[in-house]
Amino acid sequence: MNEEKNPQSEEDFDTRLRRARGNDGTDGRGGASLDSQTGKVMAFRIGTEIVVAVAVGGGIGFLIDSWLDTKPWFLIVFLLLGNAAGLWNVFRVTNDQGYAAGFESSKRRDIEKFKGPKDG
Amino acid sequence: MADANNPLAQFVIQPLIPIKLGELDASFTNSSLFMVLTVVAATVLMVLAVRPRAAVPGRWQLMAELSYEFIAKMVSDNVGKEGKPYFSFIFTIFMFVLFGNFLGMLPYSFTFTSHIAVTLTMALVIFLLVTVIAFMKHGMHFFSFFLPAGVPIFLAPLMIAIEVISYFTRPFSLSIRLFANMMAGHTLLKVVGGFVFPLGLLGIVPVAGLVAITGLEFLIAFLQAYIFTILTCIYINDAIHLH
Repeated sequence: MNEEKNPQSEEDFDTRLRRARGNDGTDGRGGASLDSQTGKVMAFRIGTEIVVAVAVGGGIGFLIDSWLDTKPWFLIVFLLLGNAAGLWNVFRVTNDQGYAAGFESSKRRDIEKFKGPKDG
Repeated sequence: MADANNPLAQFVIQPLIPIKLGELDASFTNSSLFMVLTVVAATVLMVLAVRPRAAVPGRWQLMAELSYEFIAKMVSDNVGKEGKPYFSFIFTIFMFVLFGNFLGMLPYSFTFTSHIAVTLTMALVIFLLVTVIAFMKHGMHFFSFFLPAGVPIFLAPLMIAIEVISYFTRPFSLSIRLFANMMAGHTLLKVVGGFVFPLGLLGIVPVAGLVAITGLEFLIAFLQAYIFTILTCIYINDAIHLH
């Protein structure tokens, strides 16, 4: 507050601005709050993930059944597949592999991201 | 349903200006009204707050700049450089959901994010957009998304079925998470609020609970907007960086 009252030269402002940009996001506090935030995000994400996957699997099975008139076989199979899909999604989210298919960890993606600016 | 003590009465859609398009009921409802209010509030914040263009921002300008930088950082962290063209889309989604959630926290207001018709529409638009992006970037190679590399060939039918299901899960989990959290929170507030007067003097207990729950609801209002947005970023990232 005191600084604002003092008349500052243009040059002084530039050095202050540069200094403020220099310690952008390195004060440690931001990192901790971000960690707890990702924890909350994960908690909210995985809860719905299992339920919805089973429901979507059941829905697909029901649609195939009413289309091919094969009640209840596809419903049973797709409920189980939906269950597997939900559990696997949770496994991938909690192992930091994102949502993409496969076992590839997000590390690989980070490397690709890193390569991006070099190419461009 | 018009009962004042019904905790679900707050979610009833009431037409304000009846509009009929043939068979279609396109009335301007309380839900539409709050969507318009949301757009107006977000636009006013973003346009008027940055009007001074001060090098040292005031409170309003700081709020607008912080929300802008928050999403810009989210996009660059989760999508990378290629995410830049989608920034305005992601930012719009974030502001729309966030302001919708927060406006719903005002007494006597209407929370349009507590309706699955609204959230599922948004999620389906995101889902279609992501699929179109993936097709445009990778063409037919997009289908390799459903068969992870290194899977034994005899497991392929099972894996493809599971991956297809988990792909189609996306819009539903995205929309149900937002709508269920908002609806459950507002119902809980109303139910606990209904205990206050019948308990007489002891009503101070549910009031204390309401204060805590209201704080929690503000956290959830922000967190759900954040989750909705960050998942959009993750889906766009998946579409751009196909494995």
